Amino acid sequence: LSEISERCHPNLAAEFSHSRDDGRGRGDVALPGSEVSHFSPTDQEVSPSAKGKTGRTARWLLRSDGLRGYALMSPTLIILIIGVIVPFIILLTISFWTRDGVDFNTTPAMTNYSRAVNEPMFGLLLARTFWMSGMATVATILICYPMAYFVAFHVHQNKMLWLILITLPFWISYLLRVFAWKVILGYEGAINSTLMWARWIEAPLEFLLYSPTAVIITLTHAWAAFAILPMYVSLEKIDKSLLVAATDLGDGPVARFFRITLPLSMPGVIAASFLIFIPTTGDYITPALLGGPDGMMIGNLIQAQFGGVNNWPMGATLAIILMLWIAAIAVVFLYLARFAKARIT
Amino acid sequence: MSGMTFLKRPNRALSVYAVLFLVALYAPILLIPLFSFNDSIYVRFPMEGFTTRWFAELWGREPVWQSLWASGKVGVAVAIVSTALGVLAARSITRYRVPGQGAVVTFIMMPLVIPTIIFGVALLALLSRSGVPLSLYTVGLGHLIVCLPFSVATLLPRFEGFDRSLEQASADLGENGWWTFWRITFPLVLPGIVASFLLTFTISFDEFIVSFFLSGNETTLPVYIWTQLRFPQQFPSILALATLIILFSLPLILISMSISRLGLAQDATGEAKT
Repeated sequence: LSEISERCHPNLAAEFSHSRDDGRGRGDVALPGSEVSHFSPTDQEVSPSAKGKTGRTARWLLRSDGLRGYALMSPTLIILIIGVIVPFIILLTISFWTRDGVDFNTTPAMTNYSRAVNEPMFGLLLARTFWMSGMATVATILICYPMAYFVAFHVHQNKMLWLILITLPFWISYLLRVFAWKVILGYEGAINSTLMWARWIEAPLEFLLYSPTAVIITLTHAWAAFAILPMYVSLEKIDKSLLVAATDLGDGPVARFFRITLPLSMPGVIAASFLIFIPTTGDYITPALLGGPDGMMIGNLIQAQFGGVNNWPMGATLAIILMLWIAAIAVVFLYLARFAKARIT
Repeated sequence: MSGMTFLKRPNRALSVYAVLFLVALYAPILLIPLFSFNDSIYVRFPMEGFTTRWFAELWGREPVWQSLWASGKVGVAVAIVSTALGVLAARSITRYRVPGQGAVVTFIMMPLVIPTIIFGVALLALLSRSGVPLSLYTVGLGHLIVCLPFSVATLLPRFEGFDRSLEQASADLGENGWWTFWRITFPLVLPGIVASFLLTFTISFDEFIVSFFLSGNETTLPVYIWTQLRFPQQFPSILALATLIILFSLPLILISMSISRLGLAQDATGEAKT
C-alpha cells in the first residue's frame, strides 16, 4: 500500500495543494461577508436565525450531537425501515396465513409451520441446501487460502494489482457467470464437446450438468474472488517477527505454519466462511440453471411458492424459517470468531 | 538477521498455484466473448469459424433495446439516490457522536449478509399488500436496499480519512455549515462519491433476483436474459449480449476501484506529511 501511495504521491500531492489554494482563494472573497454574519467558532452549524427564535430546549435539541446525527441520517434510515423492517413484519404476518383456494385466509394459524416441520420434504431440502452451501464454502476456503497466503507473504510489489485482478470477476454480473458455467458443463458444452472431440469419451458425461456437483462448482467459482479479501487482511496483519522467532527457536516451515500463521489467520477464515455460506444458502440462480431436480435449494422452493404454486403464506413461512436458521448460524459464527480472537490475543 | 531471509525467498510451487488460480478464475468468463464470435448455433468445441452475426442480430431486437433502456434508467436513478443517502449516513456516522452508532451501522450493512431472495419476496409481499403496482419504480426501491450498504462502505473510509481541521478552519473563517460542506467536505470526499456512483450503478445494472420479483411489464436487461436462457437456440445471441455487458461494466468497476484506492492512498500520504 505504502508503495502505491508513494508512486502516486507527486501528482496527488500537487492536486491536493492546488485544491487547498483554491479553497483559500475563495475563502478570502467570502471573508468580508462573514463579518456581518453571526461569528461563532464552536457552534457553526446552528444558523443565527434558529438561535434567535427558539427557546432553550430547542437550542439544546439542535446542539445535541446525537439528534443532529440522527436527523442527518434519517432519510437513509427511513428508506431502510420501509425497505427492510416493514417488509419483514409483513412477511412474518403472511407466514401465519393459509391458502384458501386462490385467496388467502388471514386468520393466524400455525398450519404452514407445522407442515414445514412435519413434512420431511422441507427438512430434507433445507438440509441439502446447507450441505451444498457448506461444501461450496469449504471448497472456496481451501482453494482461496493459499492464494491469500501468496499475496500476503510472497507478493512484494504490485500487491494492489493482484488484489484487483482477483476481485474483479466478482463484480461481473452473477447471472452471466452462472451462464458461463452452463456453457462449460452443458450436455453439449465446452467440457463434453472437447472430450468427445478428443475421442476420450463416447457419449457426453451427464453428471456434469443438472447435479449438486455442478451447483457446488459454480458457487465456489462465483465466491472465490470475494473470499480472498478477509483472509488476505488477517494474513497481512500477522507480525513477521513472530515467524522469525519461531524459526530461531527451531520450528520448520510446517510447524511454523500450523503453530503461528494458521491460528493467527483464523479470524479471516471464519469471516470468509460466513460471507460465503450465508448468501449461498439463499441462492436461486445457480440451482435453477444448473441444479436439475436433485440440485434444487430452498430458494427455488420459496420462489415457486410465490410464483407458479401461488401459495404465498407457505413461501413466507419458508423464508422466515431460512432467516431464523441464518440468524442461528450467524450467532455460531460470531462465537467462533470471538473464540478464535481470544485464542490469539 | 538471518532468520528474515525465508520470508523473502520465492516459493515456486505457490507462484505456479497463483497463476493456475487466476486462469481458473478467468477462463470460464472468457469463454463468453470467445463463443460469441463462433459461427455456429451450438456452443461447443471445435469452434466453426469467426462471425459477428450474433451481434448484428442483437442490434435489430426491440426487447433488448427496451430492457437496456429500462436498466439504464433504473441504474442511474438508484446510483444517484443510493450515493446521496450514503453521503448523509457516512457524514452523520463520522461527524456526530450518535448513540447506538454500532447498531445503526450494523443495520445499514445488514442487507449484505441476508440472501437477496428474502428481500425480493419480502418487498413483493409489502408492495402487493399495500396495492402498489409493480413497475420500474419498485425495482428501483429493491435495488436501493441492495446498493445502500455498498455506498456507505465505499464512502465511510473517505469521510473518516480527511483532516477535520480543514472544516474547522473553514468555520473559523466564517463559512456556515452548508458552505463548509460544499467547499471543503464535498471536494475531499468526491472520489468516494464517484466510486460509490459507479459501483452502485453496476450492481443495479447486473441485479437479477430483486428485479425478477419486483418488475412489472417493463423488465430490466438481466430479467430479459433470464427469459431467453430457456431456449438453447438463443445462446449465441445471449453470449453476444453478455460480451457487450462485460465489456461495458469492467471499465466502470476498474475506475471505481482505482478511484477509491487512490483516494485512500492520498490520505495516507497526507497523514504522513503532517
